[in-house]
Amino acid sequence: MEAVNLYASRLVTRRQSFTPGHRACSGCGEALAVKLVMKALGRDVIVVMATGCMEVISTQLPYTAWEVPWIHTLFENAATVATGIESARKALLRKGTPLSKAKVVAMGGDGATFDIGAGALSGAFERGHDFLYVCLDNEAYMNTGIQRSSATPFGASTTTQPAGKVSFGQSTWKKNMPAIAVAHDIPYVATACHSYPFDLMNKVKKAVAVEGPSYLHIFAVCPTGWRIPTDMTIKLGRSAVETGVFPLYEVDNGKYSLSYNPPELHPVIDYLKPQGRFRHLTPELVDKIQQRVCREYARLKEKCGK
Amino acid sequence: MERRVAFESSFAIAEAAKMADIDVCAAYPITPQTHIVERIAQLVADGELDANYVPVESEHSAMSSCLGSSAAGARTFIATAGQGLELMHEAVYVASGMRLPIVMAVCNRALSVPLSIWGDHSDVMAVRDTGWIQMFVENAQQAFDLTLCAFHIAEDPGVLLPTMVHIDGFHLSHVVEPVLLPDQEEVNKFLPRYHHPFVLDPNNPVTMGDFATPALYTETKVGQDVALRNSLKVILRVFQKFGEEFGRHYSPVESYKTEGADILLLSMGSFSEVAMEAVDGLREAGEKVGLVRLRLWRPFPFEQFRQTVSRARLLIVLDRALSFGGPGPVCSEVQAALYHLKERPEVIGFIGGLGGRDISVNGFQDMIHRGIDKAEQGKFGEVEVFDVRE
Repeated sequence: MEAVNLYASRLVTRRQSFTPGHRACSGCGEALAVKLVMKALGRDVIVVMATGCMEVISTQLPYTAWEVPWIHTLFENAATVATGIESARKALLRKGTPLSKAKVVAMGGDGATFDIGAGALSGAFERGHDFLYVCLDNEAYMNTGIQRSSATPFGASTTTQPAGKVSFGQSTWKKNMPAIAVAHDIPYVATACHSYPFDLMNKVKKAVAVEGPSYLHIFAVCPTGWRIPTDMTIKLGRSAVETGVFPLYEVDNGKYSLSYNPPELHPVIDYLKPQGRFRHLTPELVDKIQQRVCREYARLKEKCGK
Repeated sequence: MERRVAFESSFAIAEAAKMADIDVCAAYPITPQTHIVERIAQLVADGELDANYVPVESEHSAMSSCLGSSAAGARTFIATAGQGLELMHEAVYVASGMRLPIVMAVCNRALSVPLSIWGDHSDVMAVRDTGWIQMFVENAQQAFDLTLCAFHIAEDPGVLLPTMVHIDGFHLSHVVEPVLLPDQEEVNKFLPRYHHPFVLDPNNPVTMGDFATPALYTETKVGQDVALRNSLKVILRVFQKFGEEFGRHYSPVESYKTEGADILLLSMGSFSEVAMEAVDGLREAGEKVGLVRLRLWRPFPFEQFRQTVSRARLLIVLDRALSFGGPGPVCSEVQAALYHLKERPEVIGFIGGLGGRDISVNGFQDMIHRGIDKAEQGKFGEVEVFDVRE
């Protein structure tokens, strides 16, 4: 992977369907992730987006950053709108309406995916529609001002579960959304991060190649919400993977495999320390997180047969 | 050749959707809408209707799926009722805001709590301001006819707005009546395949459902309001075309024995048929009473309504929904429509028929007489619920 990355600029198309000029914060990991996803998808695509940062920054009337068909309706229903589009296109094609080729791709943030839209996503997976769902996980409701979601990690301070004199912030562990997707027995589930662009784009290509639902969970660094300098986005994404906080793996027809297995996990403090949202953590809490990460990582490796 | 069949009203609606050759129906089962969607599912299962039935996991998803389907250019149908309509509420607004010509049958039902699966218009009133064209039907034939008309109206290039067909839960949805079914060729002639000018297509990418700052939100919403108001012309045209082709004539405001009537009763939906009988009885007794049935609820047919009622002395309005702490919603609307007229009837409002309670022929006659008494005593503006147990 390291060797390939040297040639990145030459190997990736310059054509962008998610075009520059949008209003994302500087250093936005999510916008970078969307750019990479769109480069991998090409033009034969219909994008459905949930309410959230990416929707707001890219489509302020009368402008749009999108050069592919794009639709946003509400917060919790991106997966369902996608199933409507997919069903409509199948019916129209069967009945002889000429349609150009298009893969339906829904995208939503962690709030839209883990919380408010989880039921809709589960229904869409269960019904087996042919679509890709991309979760852009920056670990809180950033668009509304850094409120906690069920994707927020243990110990992080958010505006609705802030650290204080008697609180250390988020008191629950992050929900395992990829495992929930896998439990639907869908053909393809994977995790990715914008700091590993080739891995991310390959997974997008794999995900759209399967028949049926696929789920791509992208870890997206948010300098605004995580209280880090804007030039640390890539570095912190890498750190999340290297510490085992966010492992990269895929689940192909139920079969787990690690995409990147570092010889040795870095200590989680390397990942936590630069972030303002974890600034208040005591050594005891850091230790608790370290133990949890090690345990989860070992479990994942076990699933991968390592 | 036209066929005469016995159909439950729910089946009549499903038949209209079938003859309209819908492409997608997304629905969630909810009483009393179930017979419509079960029938559609069966027609699809039997290969009689070439459509995709999307059995979604919630009413919110039912409408959301329809949003996607319609945006992709498919002829899209959905049916719901009461709580279901409430659960999908925010998505109902999106359909009109995005100008998606979805047709929805609503089997009007009371709202919880207490839980009631039976009919009234609480659900209708909760979606009054969602920007949909909304029509009421009174019998199985109308349920069939107006569902067909709804597709034609919704898909007109000058309209492109979603349309609701309101059918009273149980009182109408589950009633078997004779229905005249036209030939498929006749339906095809009346309702050809449609093409939405803006669909999700990689060859002609469009961005749908943007975000608007205060600088543009007002303008987009005014555009939507103008479109809904202007749809009245198309509605009249479609009703006329339907009448010419099928011989059954509809109007945004229907009147019954209003000639020379001093006193008018106003109702919506299937209760109107009982009210007609009540009017017949009173006419026979020499009372100058007539009935006005509001078919089109949105856009409100102001002009025609004013013309129909302005010469009466008293207009008695029946609401089948409570607006807690305020006047009945239809009564309130009617009073606003008449306020500026020099010559106008006095208005007395009643609320009744809640949660499936019947109003009989005698009941309507009592209501009319009670309305006359109240008017004589000058008791205007009083909110009275009819037939309440002490």
